[in-house]
Amino acid sequence: MSDPILVTENLEKRFGGVVAASEISLSLYPGETLAVIGSNGAGKTTFVNMVTGYLKPSSGTIRFRGRDITGSSPRKTAQAGIRRSFQISQIFPQLTVLENVMIAEIAAADGKGGLRRAALTDARMQTGRAVLDRFGLGQHSDTAVGTLPQGIKKQLDIAMAAINDPALILLDEPTSGVSSDEKIEMMERVIAPLKADDATLLFIEHDMDIVTRFAERTVAFYEGKILADGPTREVLSEDDVRKYVIGGVHA
Amino acid sequence: MMKTDFRREPLYIAILAVLLIVGFFLPSWLRFLLQTALAGGLVALGVALQMRAGLVNFGQGLYYALGGYAVGMLAAQAGITDIFILLIAAVLVSTVAGIVLGLLLSRYREIFYAMLSLAVSMILYGLLVKAAWLGSTDGFNIPPVSYLGWTPDRAVRPDIYYVTTAVLTVIACLATARYLTSGAGMLCEAVAENEIRLEYLGASPRKVAFIVIVVASALSGLGGGLLAMSTGHVDPLMTNWTTSGGFVFVALLAGRGSTIAPVIGFFLLELVRTYALDLAPNAWQMILGLVMLAVILLLPEGLWSLIERRRKA
Ligand SMILES: Nc1ncnc2c1ncn2[C@@H]1O[C@H](COP(=O)(O)OP(=O)(O)OP(=O)(O)O)[C@@H](O)[C@H]1O
Ligand SMILES: [Mg+2]
Repeated sequence: MSDPILVTENLEKRFGGVVAASEISLSLYPGETLAVIGSNGAGKTTFVNMVTGYLKPSSGTIRFRGRDITGSSPRKTAQAGIRRSFQISQIFPQLTVLENVMIAEIAAADGKGGLRRAALTDARMQTGRAVLDRFGLGQHSDTAVGTLPQGIKKQLDIAMAAINDPALILLDEPTSGVSSDEKIEMMERVIAPLKADDATLLFIEHDMDIVTRFAERTVAFYEGKILADGPTREVLSEDDVRKYVIGGVHA
Repeated sequence: MMKTDFRREPLYIAILAVLLIVGFFLPSWLRFLLQTALAGGLVALGVALQMRAGLVNFGQGLYYALGGYAVGMLAAQAGITDIFILLIAAVLVSTVAGIVLGLLLSRYREIFYAMLSLAVSMILYGLLVKAAWLGSTDGFNIPPVSYLGWTPDRAVRPDIYYVTTAVLTVIACLATARYLTSGAGMLCEAVAENEIRLEYLGASPRKVAFIVIVVASALSGLGGGLLAMSTGHVDPLMTNWTTSGGFVFVALLAGRGSTIAPVIGFFLLELVRTYALDLAPNAWQMILGLVMLAVILLLPEGLWSLIERRRKA
């Protein structure tokens, strides 16, 4: 097997007395698609926050492509090639869909003369429109984001995470806020373009149908710890996982 | 809405042409009012730029005064009267101050940024008031400036000063329009809307804020320099909070839709102030307050949005 792209060793995060995550040792391999499951408060978002440098781990280390990135920052991890989307979509509500993507492109060019040069080049507009088309957002490109339905906002949030060819993309509950009969369709719309770029993908998910369908491997969190890690079918059929994770989910 | 159509050189050339032609027909008092409003309008523009990034600067008069005093001190005390050197010095001094303060203040937001910038400007006010050698509260007068060795005489001086102010103001607005279409200008709104997301996209909101602070300081320094040349006088009121508050008022009133709107807005404010002081000396502030309230409630995007709306319809 090739070298892992992301390795965390014994990650721990405490908030005062609350242990949000502990003993998180996990390796992600290039190109794989991995689901993270766990009931509310299991520490899933905390894990993503640590990997992206938003939260500083209380202890433990994170290595990305062999480099230590423990205690880095969202900006540095983004520049290094880690991108994420959010449980509650984080976009620029006053701007249009296309403008949101343009912002993502301009931001990616920060440090490479991107702030100095004219921002709205034809090339960049083209890339922006192409990204929207790939994510099935083309028809919304000139709509102000604030007025769009939840599902489209989440899709845009994910499309923005895909800008600048990241090596690792972390999706925090991509289908939350989307009605259950639309969830699978939405996942299909976003996973295909993400996988087309060979990105390594981790997504947090509460819906086991989606996990079974889209993830080769699954990691189950329980009370801040890893309860199980392996091929999705095996993990989902483990007794502990059925009892503590799947049983404990209020969908 | 992210503005993508700032870059319209012909528009700026047309505006300059109008300013120059109108200048010949206006009564001299009104033209002088316009001239000082152009200078002050650059400061209002600086405030409006920062507002795009969510920064409300309640002390922008600081840079206005620095530009003005740079011109004044060089001309009155060092005997340097060449307008080009004077204005370059004005921009340089205010920009250096903008860089220093930008480094310190670019990580603050909202009320903290507003109060800190106000505080710094009032420190300068205090220093200038105390400086007897700079005329304390009275300030001091500045000798006429020269153009590459030629000092315009009394007869043509007002015309020359007006043309200088109009040309440089329009050039500064055009340069600002270019900045607004650069990456740094474009990211301002993203800083105001969702800073964390911007970081997660790989950009530094702090750098974006720093750049807008510096751009605004350069504009304001030029404005202060032009005012000093125009009036032949500077005093500490330039950096008083009442002056800075006026710039915030105009920036809010004008909205963020244009580089020219704050300049026009400042002219209207000066005009209203001139008349209101005559007609209703005691009700003047109240009128301002009511106008402000009406704009915030009815036109949160500023007066410019009226024009924009019509254009879209
Ligand atoms: N900033 C914070 N300060 C204090 N406690 C926090 C903070 N962030 C998370 N926690 C706590 O850490 C624990 C793990 O939270 P986390 O958000 O990682 O859960 P999660 O698995 O993402 O849950 P959900 O499925 O509800 O999103 C919870 O008990 C939560 O209350
Ligand atoms: Mg979560």
